[in-house]
Amino acid sequence: MPDFIQPWLFLLPIIIKVVVVFAVVMGLVAYASLAERKVSAFIQDRVGPNRVGLPLTLLGFKKDLAIGGLFQPLADGLKFLLKEDLTPGHVKPFYYWLAPALTVVPALLTIAAVPFGSTLFGYKMVVADINVGFLFVFAIASVGVYGIVMAGWSSNSKYSFLGGVRSSAQMISYELSMGLSLVPLLLVMGELNLGKIVEYQAWHGWTLLPFTDLRIQWSPHWEISGLNWREILLWIPMLISFVIFTTAVFAETNRAPFDLPESETELVGGYHTEYSSMKFACFFMGEYAAMITGCALITTLFLGGWHLPIPIIHDGAFSLQTRTGDHGTLWGILNILTFLGKVIFLVIFFMFVRWTLPRFRYDQLMRLGWVWFFEIALANIVLVAVLLAFFPK
Amino acid sequence: MVNVQVDGRWIQVPKGTRAIEACKQNGSFVPHYCYHPKLSAPGNCRMCLIEFGSPKMGPDRKPIYGPDGYPEISWIPRPQICCSTDVAEGAAYRTQSPLVDECRRGVMEFLLINHPLDCTICDQAGECRLQEFSIDYGNAGSRFIEEKVKKPKRVELGPRVTLDDERCIMCSRCIRFSKEIAHDDVLGFTERGSHTTLSCFPGKKLENNYSLNTVDICPVGALTSTDFRFKMRVWFLKETKSICTSCGTGCNTEIGSREGKVYRQTPRDNEAVNQCWMCDYGRLNFHFLHDERRMTSALVRDAEGTPQPQPLAKAIAAAANLLRQFKPSEIAVIASARQTNEELFLTAKLIRLLGAPLFDIVGRHQHADGILVSDDGNPNTRGAQLMKVSAEHPGSFVPIIVGKVNDGAIKALVCLSEDAVEFGAKPAALAKLGALVTVNLQSNATTAAAHVALPGAGFAEKRGSMINVKGRLQRLNRAVQPPAGAADDWEILRDLLAALGGGNGLYSIEDVFKRMAAEVPAFAGLSLSKIGDLGVPLEGKI
Amino acid sequence: MAITVPRPDLSAAEKTYLPALWEGLKVTARHFKNNLFGKGKVTMEYPEERWDSHLPEYYRGVPALVTDEHGKDRCVSCQLCEFICPPRAITITPGEIPPGDTFAKTEKRPQEFKIDMIRCIYCGMCEEVCPEQAIFLQKDYLVVGTRREDMVHDKQKLYEIGGLKTGLVNKWDEKK
Repeated sequence: MPDFIQPWLFLLPIIIKVVVVFAVVMGLVAYASLAERKVSAFIQDRVGPNRVGLPLTLLGFKKDLAIGGLFQPLADGLKFLLKEDLTPGHVKPFYYWLAPALTVVPALLTIAAVPFGSTLFGYKMVVADINVGFLFVFAIASVGVYGIVMAGWSSNSKYSFLGGVRSSAQMISYELSMGLSLVPLLLVMGELNLGKIVEYQAWHGWTLLPFTDLRIQWSPHWEISGLNWREILLWIPMLISFVIFTTAVFAETNRAPFDLPESETELVGGYHTEYSSMKFACFFMGEYAAMITGCALITTLFLGGWHLPIPIIHDGAFSLQTRTGDHGTLWGILNILTFLGKVIFLVIFFMFVRWTLPRFRYDQLMRLGWVWFFEIALANIVLVAVLLAFFPK
Repeated sequence: MVNVQVDGRWIQVPKGTRAIEACKQNGSFVPHYCYHPKLSAPGNCRMCLIEFGSPKMGPDRKPIYGPDGYPEISWIPRPQICCSTDVAEGAAYRTQSPLVDECRRGVMEFLLINHPLDCTICDQAGECRLQEFSIDYGNAGSRFIEEKVKKPKRVELGPRVTLDDERCIMCSRCIRFSKEIAHDDVLGFTERGSHTTLSCFPGKKLENNYSLNTVDICPVGALTSTDFRFKMRVWFLKETKSICTSCGTGCNTEIGSREGKVYRQTPRDNEAVNQCWMCDYGRLNFHFLHDERRMTSALVRDAEGTPQPQPLAKAIAAAANLLRQFKPSEIAVIASARQTNEELFLTAKLIRLLGAPLFDIVGRHQHADGILVSDDGNPNTRGAQLMKVSAEHPGSFVPIIVGKVNDGAIKALVCLSEDAVEFGAKPAALAKLGALVTVNLQSNATTAAAHVALPGAGFAEKRGSMINVKGRLQRLNRAVQPPAGAADDWEILRDLLAALGGGNGLYSIEDVFKRMAAEVPAFAGLSLSKIGDLGVPLEGKI
Repeated sequence: MAITVPRPDLSAAEKTYLPALWEGLKVTARHFKNNLFGKGKVTMEYPEERWDSHLPEYYRGVPALVTDEHGKDRCVSCQLCEFICPPRAITITPGEIPPGDTFAKTEKRPQEFKIDMIRCIYCGMCEEVCPEQAIFLQKDYLVVGTRREDMVHDKQKLYEIGGLKTGLVNKWDEKK
């Protein structure tokens, strides 16, 4: 190996991680759109996309292979790429072109700080292991609103403008309660590094399910560990935090029931009314990427991230134990899959909510954000602080 | 004037009026088939049966007057036909009564006994009296169970008229028209009873120049125009009031067109011009509008001398550039009395602008037939004279112009709506001209030689006015749009004027007429809309 | 008159909307589950599955011209369908039957008969108005084409679709 490469070798695993994470997220985005259509179809007693498969006839076969529409996202992507890229005459071109990028990039950036696995071959399974990852995520996620505001403003059309204004108002409202709802977590864990937050959950039980480090011993003597009064009492504020945070993520990602910025019935397409082809696709991808990032965050903060409690009966005791990549490569891979599974579960939950709930009215949205969530999140912080005073670590 | 009572109302009508006309004047329409106001009344269809009454007479043989000062009426118990009865003082008519209704029902049933009921293919459907009155007085079903009488169908009575004898109701309007109006007694009935058949006398044909009027007056679909037969159902036709431009009479017409195509021309009532008749020649003289010789784009000769299609504006500019190169004495203009007044007005302006000393219209003298066809083959000779586009004797300068063209004295010729070759210009001489500009709707020998050939519009495609031989100012209306590429002649002339001498502020045909009314004393106070459908007499003013 | 609809009194639990949310999720989840396992399928997947056998007697498919048992083309080009057609999909060029023809009695038949199937709204007015029992709405509904011209049915195509129809009134037989 030539010497000049040696100093740069540390980049290799990082580049691999970046490429893999990017590919997986983009794949998830693509298939989330298919899943959304399928889930909505099933909920509404429809069929959903079921035609696009491998176009084998192009290669000389007699029949195309339609695997339940599994290649729909490819067709969609191809269509978006090939469509005429129209820039209407009345827009402000620079910002008009910038807006889609500003929507996609932050949504993809946030995922960098999220640990998607324990370790593999000794490498931490996170793209950027920053010790203020928590703050990084919030900082970047809030940039996403600029894309939408810019799109709404530069499109120079009333629908886009209203969509953009709604979106910014909505995001600012919910960002507050979103941030405040997580302060209790930080109080409990005393960590800003998302990786350490997950590790904390691995050893002390998930934020949402504190008994994931349960250990019941019956021989030689009875003993239950991993669940104590402190954890049980703290469970209540954690649940409150979870509800507020999850709801806020819905609002942040402009998903139903908070999809007012693009409510079709009133605003045609909302902030992306004037967009077409790949630029529209960027908004579309940004939205789904934001949803996946949001789900990854919820997983990381509340559902133990990559952690999978392994039930083991050994030496007269039942215990839920943690296995990381340090225990073997397979365990490392299992952790990554666990993380993915949790995220996918949440994404499907998001879809269920979208196809179940009607859209909020704008005043309801504002009331919920400012009157309820903001206050409750504040009270929650006090509650946790008091609890921690009585039950110190 | 005599006093008559119609449906309970007393009105005054001139003596000698037919009872049916008196009823009409009162607003009581009496259905009829055989009666025609311009023909004698044989009273053979029996559709116009109404109740008659006469003044009640006292013992002194004097009418008994009621409290309103009018005589009391004693009604005749039997109905009578009102078409062949003249009004009499104190007569009374009832056009609406159970008896009259019953009569009409009976007559309708008899008329329909042998009717083939082939309205689906009948050209008269939609304007058929039999259909109309059948709706009012007909039965839904037929009580006739016997065999219908079969008669000849698709009989060619003449070159332009096709007869379906089964549809004929023996009203004899066509026979009377041929005899009384066209003075060509060729039609008659043969056979008897329900076998009565209309036919031409042996060895004769219905081929006079007015034969198609029999089709108009035929109340049913028996006589049909061979030209219009099976071409289009009449309810699709847009009817545009216009005038015939085939001779100086200027018969008032209705142009039936659909989706940019003219299907037929029918005469329109105008007592002062053509009553309700029209000659066959004029009536059928519209097919050239849809001819393949129609010019659909301006043609300009390129450097090699090949005509190339050009946008109209470019062609007009090219024409102006060409004409500018010649001295006024080298330019001649052949205009046409087939142009409208507006076009002639602009032509006159063009002649003055070019300073051309030689100009004239083409004269068309023909034989008048004493009925409608005039001895002037041009529809607007008097307009041309009024606009001072013609020589003192219309057409007298044309041979001079043509001669000068042929010997090369004239170097630039403007030929509007005429074919100079037709009047003796040699194509070789035309080809030698420095500038030949034509405005024509069809290509001909002159347009073939033209440096700039501009496509014009036909009579059914333009608006404007013309003055007939009797000095009546009448209006043309647009029935169809000119084909794509062609333009209104007046617009071409206006643009040519503008190209030669600058803007002239004329944007619509109304503008042209307004300018004309200001400059021509005879048109003072008139506008295109004031001419109206029936025209305005200018006699005495021109 | 305006009617005031009283708002329902909600309990404290209901006011959080959570029970309603839960109920809603239950409903959507039930449908999701059923469809996931192939139950509750109502969609007919068109090109593979057809509803031809379910077509009702009064089904209004493409309009077409019919030929009767004598092989006579029924249409006489009276143009009533052209007149009545609400979207003006029908264009007829009338024409004369030459005297030597088998059906010269009828005298008139369309030279060209065009129905623009892009315009056609399948209302059936043409069938209703036809005095000659010549145009009928068929059970066919598959009209496809890759160009606009393909979507215009001409006379030949219309008679092809219409085919033979028996039991019609043959009024022209009685004509001379």
